[in-house]
Amino acid sequence: MKNILKRLNEKIDDLVVVKQRDDLYFIKVKREHTDFILRYLKLDENFKHLDFMQAVDYIENNQFQLTYMLYNYEIKINLGINVMIDREKAEMDSMHRIWPHLWQYQREIHEMYGINFPGSPRVDESFVLEGWEEMPPMRRDFDTLEYSKRTFYPRPGRSTNDPKEYMKEKLYHDFAKSPKIRRDDE
Amino acid sequence: MNRDSESKYKGFEADRSKYPQMEKDKPVIDLESQKFIKTWQGPQHPGVTGNMSVELIINGDEIVDAKTHVGYLHRGFEKLMERRRYIQCFPIVCRICVPEPDTNEYCVSAAMEDLAGIVVPEKALWLRTLNLEMSRVGSFLMWLGGQAGSLGMGAIGQWTIGMRDFWLDLFEEMTGGRVYHMYMIPGGVRKDLPEGFRDRTRELIVRTRALLFDIEKTFFNNAIVKARLKGLGVISPEMVTEYGIVGPSARASGIEDDIRINNPYGKYAELDMKMITSDVGDAYARAEVRYQELHQSLDLISQIMDKMPEGGKIQAKLPNVLHWKIPAGQTYVKAESTRGEHGFYMVSDGTKYPRRVFARGASYTHAISVLEKLAVNISISDLAALMVSLHTCPPEIER
Repeated sequence: MKNILKRLNEKIDDLVVVKQRDDLYFIKVKREHTDFILRYLKLDENFKHLDFMQAVDYIENNQFQLTYMLYNYEIKINLGINVMIDREKAEMDSMHRIWPHLWQYQREIHEMYGINFPGSPRVDESFVLEGWEEMPPMRRDFDTLEYSKRTFYPRPGRSTNDPKEYMKEKLYHDFAKSPKIRRDDE
Repeated sequence: MNRDSESKYKGFEADRSKYPQMEKDKPVIDLESQKFIKTWQGPQHPGVTGNMSVELIINGDEIVDAKTHVGYLHRGFEKLMERRRYIQCFPIVCRICVPEPDTNEYCVSAAMEDLAGIVVPEKALWLRTLNLEMSRVGSFLMWLGGQAGSLGMGAIGQWTIGMRDFWLDLFEEMTGGRVYHMYMIPGGVRKDLPEGFRDRTRELIVRTRALLFDIEKTFFNNAIVKARLKGLGVISPEMVTEYGIVGPSARASGIEDDIRINNPYGKYAELDMKMITSDVGDAYARAEVRYQELHQSLDLISQIMDKMPEGGKIQAKLPNVLHWKIPAGQTYVKAESTRGEHGFYMVSDGTKYPRRVFARGASYTHAISVLEKLAVNISISDLAALMVSLHTCPPEIER
């Protein structure tokens, strides 16, 4: 793996490498280098298997982190490629030509995070949220409580209890007196 | 396995000389011409455990186009976990896959341990490995019943589901739950084995093998099964890497990829096992590989019963889990489920809540990209068999 990272470092500058385990490394690359790096790793370094592609919302930095997880069958090592993109203008180049099944992940990320992948096949089709008109729900600023209150309404005949009071009243009224449960290692 | 088959890595090729007309290797589909019918397979159908539908365009009884639609089982687990403390994720993750929930529990526990730097005691690793193998047996039995059922052999499905129930009895003894176990937690497992568990497990292994002997005769040696599964849904080795195919489906095409052997976790490195592969790549080869892996799992459980020490700690010391902060970082942990690579990508930002948890299931590509490709040109009556032979589990697609 050292040799691979060394060769990779020769190709691009400012490569940030994090070793998580013996069989898992992460590298951080710039957006404009992603296509080249993925092709290079797949074709020249035998990272042929794409485990997944996913996004993480870093709303405080106004960024999305995209992760491509690759696997090499020969040296049996996973390599995660992190790419930071701008959250305001959320757009990334489509990599579906490198792995034919990548369009699926891009379609899901487009639906769940609102990141656009121009040119990706079927990217505008709905994946699991048919008829969804709200903001992409996996974004951190999507307010689930507000959405639930607006969309669902209390049904007649149903009552709500404050969990703390209810537990005290119904179940654990003598909890303070009960013997302490001890674990073996304590 | 090496069948000298004329269909090696080559599926059935339809006669396209008349219609549908082909343009750039794609059929010209005009629904107005009345030569095609659009129909739906699903969301409820015998092909998979769960709800998923395939939009089909058929010409006669031949499928010319297929498109997978999911969304019937989306429960927003990943979003829920972003609002839960780490320990509160456990009742959620096991529900990602009904037949085989333990792989999810293992991956989430191991991801948290990896980020927090917790070392799991020896005995707990043995118990985890035992739990994972038992869940593989349960899931394979369910698959075997489904594969037979999709070809009209309902009795075999009843035998295997009946036998799976006895394995669920063992799960109940071991964990307290039949379907969802919540057995593995960060730092180890919740309970040690009850008294007499090893003897009862050995007894059940003998009974399961006796049933498998019957199934081998009635299913794998059945001329109809062979006629229908051989040459169906052929996956070539090139397709495996291009489409991210994993698990028995990849091994049936000659790719030596088994996480238990290549990246061993738990106590797999101390167990005696070898990679089971085939170089044929069709649905029958996948069935054969899975059948042998079922025997392998039974063998591994026997080995674990012999090698596992009696006593020992089953839990590492954890901080108060309700106020547990995991250091910032990211990790990916994977394990071999019956469908193939099952992994969890977890990102922590140093707070009490995970920043992102992503569950990668094998069905994600198997049921969409791969199925859409393999379903074309086959008969509509073989579609259910093809879906089962890819071992699809829709809940892990949409989480």
